Amino acid sequence: MKLTLHVWRQAGPSARGRFVRYDVPDGSPDMSFLELLDVLNQQLIARKEEPIAFDHDCREGICGACGMVINGRPHGPQRATTACQLHLRHFADGAEIWIEPWRARAFPIVKDLVVDRAAFDRIVQAGGFITARTGSAPEANSILVPKPAADLAMDAAACIGCGACVAACPNASAMLFVAAKVSHLGLLPQGQPERDARVMQLVAQMDAEGFGACSNHGECMAACPKEISIDFIARLNRDYIRGTFL
Amino acid sequence: MELRPQIPAGALTDKWERHRAEIRLVNPANKLKHHIIVVGSGLAGASAAASLAELGYDVSCFCFQDSPRRAHSIAAQGGINAAKNYQNDGDSVFRLFYDTVKGGDFRSREANVYRLAQISVDIIDQCVAQGVPFAREYGGLLANRSFGGVQVSRTFYARGQTGQQLLLGAYQALSCQIAAGKVRMYPRTELLDVVVIDGRARGIVTRSLVDGTLATHTADAVVLATGGYANVYYLSTNAKGCNVTAIWRAHKRGAAFANPCFTQIHPTCIPVTGPHQSKLTLMSESLRNDGRIWVPRQRGDQRPPDQIPENERDYYLERLYPSFGNLAPRDIASRRAKEVCDEGRGVGPGGHGVYLDLRDAIRRLGRPVIAERYGNLFEMYQRITGENPYVVPMRIYPAPHYTMGGLWVDYNLMSTVEGLYAIGEANFSDHGANRLGASALMQGLADGYFVLPYTIGDYLAQAKLPKVDAGHAAARQTETEVAERTRRLLLVNGRRSVDTFHRELGRLMWDRCGMSRNAAGLKEAIQRICVLREEFWQDVYVGGRGEDLNQSLEHAGRVADFFEFAELMCHDALEREESCGCHFREEYQTPEGEAKRDDARFSHVAAWEFTGVGKAPVLHREPLAFEAVHLSQRSYK
Repeated sequence: MKLTLHVWRQAGPSARGRFVRYDVPDGSPDMSFLELLDVLNQQLIARKEEPIAFDHDCREGICGACGMVINGRPHGPQRATTACQLHLRHFADGAEIWIEPWRARAFPIVKDLVVDRAAFDRIVQAGGFITARTGSAPEANSILVPKPAADLAMDAAACIGCGACVAACPNASAMLFVAAKVSHLGLLPQGQPERDARVMQLVAQMDAEGFGACSNHGECMAACPKEISIDFIARLNRDYIRGTFL
Repeated sequence: MELRPQIPAGALTDKWERHRAEIRLVNPANKLKHHIIVVGSGLAGASAAASLAELGYDVSCFCFQDSPRRAHSIAAQGGINAAKNYQNDGDSVFRLFYDTVKGGDFRSREANVYRLAQISVDIIDQCVAQGVPFAREYGGLLANRSFGGVQVSRTFYARGQTGQQLLLGAYQALSCQIAAGKVRMYPRTELLDVVVIDGRARGIVTRSLVDGTLATHTADAVVLATGGYANVYYLSTNAKGCNVTAIWRAHKRGAAFANPCFTQIHPTCIPVTGPHQSKLTLMSESLRNDGRIWVPRQRGDQRPPDQIPENERDYYLERLYPSFGNLAPRDIASRRAKEVCDEGRGVGPGGHGVYLDLRDAIRRLGRPVIAERYGNLFEMYQRITGENPYVVPMRIYPAPHYTMGGLWVDYNLMSTVEGLYAIGEANFSDHGANRLGASALMQGLADGYFVLPYTIGDYLAQAKLPKVDAGHAAARQTETEVAERTRRLLLVNGRRSVDTFHRELGRLMWDRCGMSRNAAGLKEAIQRICVLREEFWQDVYVGGRGEDLNQSLEHAGRVADFFEFAELMCHDALEREESCGCHFREEYQTPEGEAKRDDARFSHVAAWEFTGVGKAPVLHREPLAFEAVHLSQRSYK
């Protein structure tokens, strides 16, 4: 396959970025999107040009490291698929592809396609956990969790923290990410004691990081590689109201 | 160098409890005065950092990823073992212990494995309390499934994302401690050397992956939780960033490296599609519970699978191992797959694949049940291959997945350098020559939550540790060496990219020190590694600057270490003149092609001492004594 790529190149956080055009003559339908960038980088290195910096690690759609906007869509055109799992068979031979980093004030660009998502870590640090000191846990089966609750909690817990929801949202809101964490823990009996405090702390941190608010576009759910439902945002809002009055 | 395993006296069943009662404790008021460095934030690292901080120690934790939540433990799919016996099927601590020792082909330490089995039950309690959403029965109790190579149902799981959920549990516990100011977290920071002062590990030298700044961090103890080295093969199921650097640099500073040739090749991975392949993807072996593995009886049979009648299929694992069938341990399943492919009966492009077929299970149980069990795995397979596994059987092929070898550690998880600990996959201790499914998560969390936080106190309570800082001569010297090495990599300015060298090394290791090995091949590999390493240092092109985000430079440093390490791996494989577990030496096999152990000569841990790059390493042996387990030829027939 022959492909034409327009890749966002930016030397550093305060440098001026721009799209640079590259032709890749030797793509293959079985190649993943990141392998396409590997191939391009090998060409650049052979010409002693600087390769494109991008985050990636597990390359099996679970670590959440990779993320780039491909033709205007976070992680590209395929439903429920991270960039590392996206394969070129979904592109036509001769296609022109535009590749950009996540764009959100709370995710400053580090270099090229690499952004700083530490804001997500700080949100979790603000209370996205159940306090359970090592060694203090009761016997596991003494806590009964109804199967529907466990399944729903798992749906929310499947979030990989990639940030596609933020990149997709016109408001650069992190509501889906926060809602997933609040719901995962709030649905379980173990999560009840800290439930009200947790939601207030997470939302406060989300606001402090400069993420926007939710205005029900639903782009986040469409972009989410784990298909986390915006129903969880409704749950977040309900818990937030509950937390406000308690 | 002297190996002192420090295994407590007494009956196997009492050792750990007694040891815990006897080891020294650090006065609570003094704990904050002890700074502990934890490198790595996977299951072992994150759980250790969180637990140490809860105890009151001053902790710093480092990871090369942009967030501690992305460590490669996150990719583990299948589950975690624990001897809860919730299924009432005869499981017990002893049985889990026995299965693990036997599965490891009698090359692990009894006392460590017994402790692991004992602790397994506490891990599940801890994880449930943290909110890990394990699979449940309708009554709300925990569900279990059976998993590769055992006959009881003791595996706890969270869909096909058990590693992710356990890691998020540990990450959240770590986040709690970061927020409390008890752990300083350093993401995008890579260890490049260990600072050893007066024979004790007293710190590390790191490089910021954002701006290239080198820094020396001093401490009273250093814990390496940096995972395994399967990326020495280039293509493996490991994340791209996984590397041997931390434990290799520790080895060069005096830590013995144990059993480096014990590398696990996982039987159920998606086959390679072309020269662009950057990594391999594992399909959880839980699929083997319901899937049947087969190849055509005839060589070169090009018919599509649905046109090959039943009597022209060879369900070779069921044929060779009637009692375990498709659930035969990983090493056996992998080797047999290679064998049938080498015979020319492999399927798919290039003939490097065998079928993993769920047709019969779909007929028996119905598609909804199969979708509930494996839906996400099927989706993943389809995304990568473009084929629908509900209709066309999956193709699988073995791939490097896990490394049982690692830094030699004593019962307290301390290496041969005092104050330097290795936990999780980075150490060698529990899996012998082959790891059973769902045991890696168990070991990582056992080490991090329940072993290291106790045993490290024993050291800190008695060690005389004068204050040191980054200005100490030895620390400055180490940092200078790191800077020099980075400068050298950038200065070569040759013609070949780092990646081409890594691929070439990987291919060589896969061919000569992979699923099966022989003396001639290993000797040749050692020579070729040395030649290739020379070439690397003369002809590599890194590009860019040291004071910048430079992924090519990161990769170059890791590959340089793989080049040195690969040689040790081959030496170890050559020295071990027997076949055991994953280490299959072609010269040592039974007439049926099974691994032939030599307990008289090789019932030991091979712990290697570094003597210099390109110089023959020195072998030290830790004899393995088996009291509770009777050594037998593993049989899964």
